[in-house]
Order: sequence, then C-alpha cells, then structure tokens
Amino acid sequence: MTEQTTCPQCAAPIELAADTIQGEILQCPECGVELEVMSLDPLSLDLAPEVEEDWGE
Amino acid sequence: MSADTRPRIAMLHSRVRVEEKLLLGAFEARGVPVEPVDVRQAVFDPQRLDSWRGYDLVLDRCISQSQSLAALHLLNDAGIRTVNAASVVELCGDKLRTTSALIQAGVPVPRTRIAFTPEAALEAVEELGYPAILKPATGSWGRLLSKVNDREAAEAVLEHKQVLGGYQHHVYYVQEHVEKPGRDIRSFVVGGETIAAIYRYAGHWITNTAQGGRAENCPLTPEIVALSNQAAAAVGGGALAVDLLEAPDGRLLVNEVNHTMEFRNSIDTTGVDIPARVAEYALCAAGEPGRSPCQEAAPV
Repeated sequence: MTEQTTCPQCAAPIELAADTIQGEILQCPECGVELEVMSLDPLSLDLAPEVEEDWGE
Repeated sequence: MSADTRPRIAMLHSRVRVEEKLLLGAFEARGVPVEPVDVRQAVFDPQRLDSWRGYDLVLDRCISQSQSLAALHLLNDAGIRTVNAASVVELCGDKLRTTSALIQAGVPVPRTRIAFTPEAALEAVEELGYPAILKPATGSWGRLLSKVNDREAAEAVLEHKQVLGGYQHHVYYVQEHVEKPGRDIRSFVVGGETIAAIYRYAGHWITNTAQGGRAENCPLTPEIVALSNQAAAAVGGGALAVDLLEAPDGRLLVNEVNHTMEFRNSIDTTGVDIPARVAEYALCAAGEPGRSPCQEAAPV
C-alpha cells in the first residue's frame, strides 16, 4: 500500500512505497530536491541535509 | 519455548540510502532483525553504554566520517564489536595514514609526498613532476582533488589552500598523476575475501562514480585479488572497497581503501550480491550460533 504526501519545497504530490522507512532519502519527481523521511506516523518529509565536508565512503 | 539465539545487530546510520535498505533487506532475508539507530538522534554516555552491550555487533553505515569515528571509538573502547572497527575507519578516513599503512605492508601505491608548508609542497610537486595531484588528507567522493599541470597552477592551488583552507588543508598530500586508461578499478573485500570488482570509466580524470563515472564488471584476476586482500588487511580488514589504478607500465597501484563502501551500482554489474555478503560477514563476526568461524574476524 502506498501513502501520499507533498513535497515541502514545491508541493508536488509524492507517493511513498509501502516499504519506505524512517531516515530514507527520496527525490521529488517534479523539482528534483532530495527529501528525507522524518517520520512515518504521522508521515512527514523535510529537505534532506546538504552534503557536508566529512561525508563519504 | 526456546530462547532466541539469533544475534542482536544494530545498524548505525544517518541517511538511509539504497545501500542501507539493501543491507536491512539482506539481514531480514536471513531471519535476523536489525535495529536501525540514527546517529543524529543518539546520545552516548561513555560511562553507561549498557544498552549498547545488548548488541552482538554494530554495523556502521554513517555517512559522516567524524560521527562514525566518534561512535565507533566509544563502542570499541567498551568492548562492543563493530563492522568496521574504529581503528579501520580511522586509517581509511585519512589518506596520509592509509598510504603509510599500505607502504608498511608492502602494497604498491602511487609516489606520494607529504609537506607542511606551501613552499615545501611546491618542491614536492616539482620533484614528482607535472601533472601532479593535490588531495586533502581527509575527504571522499573525489571532492577538492586538484590536478596541477604546471608550476603556476600549483602555486595558485597551494596559496588558496594555505589562505582559505582550515588547518586540515595545511597538511599537503601530493601524489604523482598516474596516467590511467580512462578508468580505475574498485574491488570489494569482505572478511578477507575479494568478492567482486568493477571498472569505473569516466571522461574526467576523476573516475569516482560519485562524480558521474560509469561502472562495468571487472573480472577478478589473481593480481587484483591478491592486491585487494593485501590492501584490506593493511588497514585492519572488515567490509571494504579498494580503489586500484592501472599504471602505464602495467602495474596495479592501490590508491585508497574505503570503509563505508557504496555498492548500489555494483550488484547488477558484477552479479555478486554484495549486501548479502556483508550481512553474512556481519553475522559471522557477531558469532551467530552454528555459523562456521569467519575467515577473518572483525577486529575490535
């Protein structure tokens, strides 16, 4: 079952797959911004943090 | 009813990327639930790490190296096993220390010089010859790498590093530019075994897939396997990705070893289920009952 919400940047509708988990990173299909799933219940998305200098592999 | 003998595993993460979801799925497929722990919300009390002692193993998948390292040190100091170990992350996260460890283990690396002033760094660049590569000692995904083609470019980059960079950028890591055939090799080493490798192609001299490089399967040769195993062992072993360069004279050189490897582009490419292999290794390192001992135990 999918859940629907909207992009916090451009308000485009976004569908979340049933196996979505908290902390997951998604991309808005319309504006392309990276979004982080902040919580599943209640469903909440926010802009994903910008890349920091110490990020990597 | 018999007691649950499955290992208790936590996954330390910040962003949950494709890799983390694949890893969670791999554990689930093996009937082992994994508790995801968002490091950004965690508070560690170094005097009371009791709640962490409930885990047989903590798998680190933090995207931030400084957060990884701090958390892993606390856990390892308290005797909690992690993949990878703090000592491994510490070495891999610092190019200077990686290079030093590789050299001490007899692993071939590009010619490298370390200097502490722009003047000494310029001397090192001139000695290595142009083009030369200037890298920050810490950093990933090919960020802030400079290929300097002549003295004027070297002087400019060094001055910028000295004036605009933080103190970390004042340790000058200078490397020869290896004229590679439009690609490099990334191998995956898990528990002391090289399980797969890809070629990373790019029109740019930086072939990192994070910089848009294209991946293709790289058949494992005895040389790739031997060198990858040796490089992984040199930094302490675990679940690692080794970057190799093909020099014009045919030699393979080890450029880097990565401690929180990304592999989403390498599963279909190589046909090897990398997250499954990492999960198997983690279960083995966690001491799952009935599982044969690991070829290489995770260090603590």
